[in-house]
Amino acid sequence: MIKKMTAMGLVGMAMTVSAQAGDMALSLELPRIDVAEYHRPYVAMWLQNDDSGDVTNLAVWYQLDKRDDKGEQWLKDMRQWWRRSGRSASMPLDGVSGATQQPGVHSVDLAKVADSLAPGSYKLYVEAAREVGGRELLKIPFQWPVTSSTTLETEGKTELGKILLNLAP
Amino acid sequence: MKKSKLAIIALLACSLPLVANAHRAWVLPAATVLSGENAWVTFDAAVSNDIFFTDHAAMRLNGMKAVGPDGNEVELQNQHTGKYRSSFDLELSKEGTYKVFSASSGLRARWETEDGKRGFWPGRGETPAPGEFKKAVPKNAKNLQVSQSSRRMETFVTAGQPSKTVFALQNQGLEMEPITHPNDLFSGEKAQFRFMIDGKPAVGVDVTVIPDGGRYRNSPNEIKATSDKKGVVSIEWPSAGRYWLEAEYQDDKAAKPATTRQGSYSATLEVLPQ
Repeated sequence: MIKKMTAMGLVGMAMTVSAQAGDMALSLELPRIDVAEYHRPYVAMWLQNDDSGDVTNLAVWYQLDKRDDKGEQWLKDMRQWWRRSGRSASMPLDGVSGATQQPGVHSVDLAKVADSLAPGSYKLYVEAAREVGGRELLKIPFQWPVTSSTTLETEGKTELGKILLNLAP
Repeated sequence: MKKSKLAIIALLACSLPLVANAHRAWVLPAATVLSGENAWVTFDAAVSNDIFFTDHAAMRLNGMKAVGPDGNEVELQNQHTGKYRSSFDLELSKEGTYKVFSASSGLRARWETEDGKRGFWPGRGETPAPGEFKKAVPKNAKNLQVSQSSRRMETFVTAGQPSKTVFALQNQGLEMEPITHPNDLFSGEKAQFRFMIDGKPAVGVDVTVIPDGGRYRNSPNEIKATSDKKGVVSIEWPSAGRYWLEAEYQDDKAAKPATTRQGSYSATLEVLPQ
């Protein structure tokens, strides 16, 4: 009962935040990799609450178009995402699943996520795994909500390029 | 003739892990964490000196079984036994954790006869019924030692969300009850396993964990641990890879006619990178 009230309290607080129009956007670079056999990477992006461990999936890019969902066979190569969320989810995830992307800079609109995200301490995770290639996991810690506009960034070394997380009050 | 020969080889292979510093028996899955519908995993099974290098003998598959997340037995498909290894495939048609294992237990006796000759029971390759003990051991045997021994070898694979049904204990011999799920092991993290002997916590179990790839190192890099008073062992994984865990236990709390109780357990585990 107490738990339920806390949860309701959190929802209430989250709604207050959304009324204050918090905003969130992500920009992510997939580097051009010069190899004989290139496959677009599988990429997963998620938020994890430091206290509760709760995971909010932002996007999962994988091979959607293969017959018999064969593309799902490689989802587990995004090891941490698979462990934290993927293995307990039923694919495809509505509004989260997407096709693999070309090298270049991609932006991910997170306005909806910002609307419903409870205040707290979080980490943004971005994990990429490429067929016959490597795997890379990056994270950006942040507090939500923010009082002024902030851009946080990190940069990968192999499978991921620059990642920018824009947070606005 | 052929059948009994096979049985002898199987028993020899099975009993080898009980002998210190002997060949090691293992079953190695090609993958332990699977995604997608109807995943397949292929396994190798062998007895070797170097862990996961097939350099000695194939393991016979007649004692090998697999059980699925619903508790039902799953068929080992495409079985093959070659010179140095056996292999088989498992189809993971249901979501959850599967266990591949081989287990046996029984009495063993050693004694000296009145004229000083050594006797032992059961004979090599024999798997007698428990009641035969009285008939086999002479009444006037000297220095009679009877042990109740068990051996168990296991490995685990998971499709999708891990489950725990296959961890149900048989309450017989030395068994491992995972506290940390064996398909949720990551480098730099600690895993805990509880060892049980005949269904009760086994205190002071000697555990040795050997990482894969010994051929390419100058030392085996073994991790040693001993179970605490709750039977629990903690292991911190130094790096990702495949590991072979071996546990040995012995005490004198055996049921009559046995005077000692010994258990041997081994498992193949995979640790993933962070």
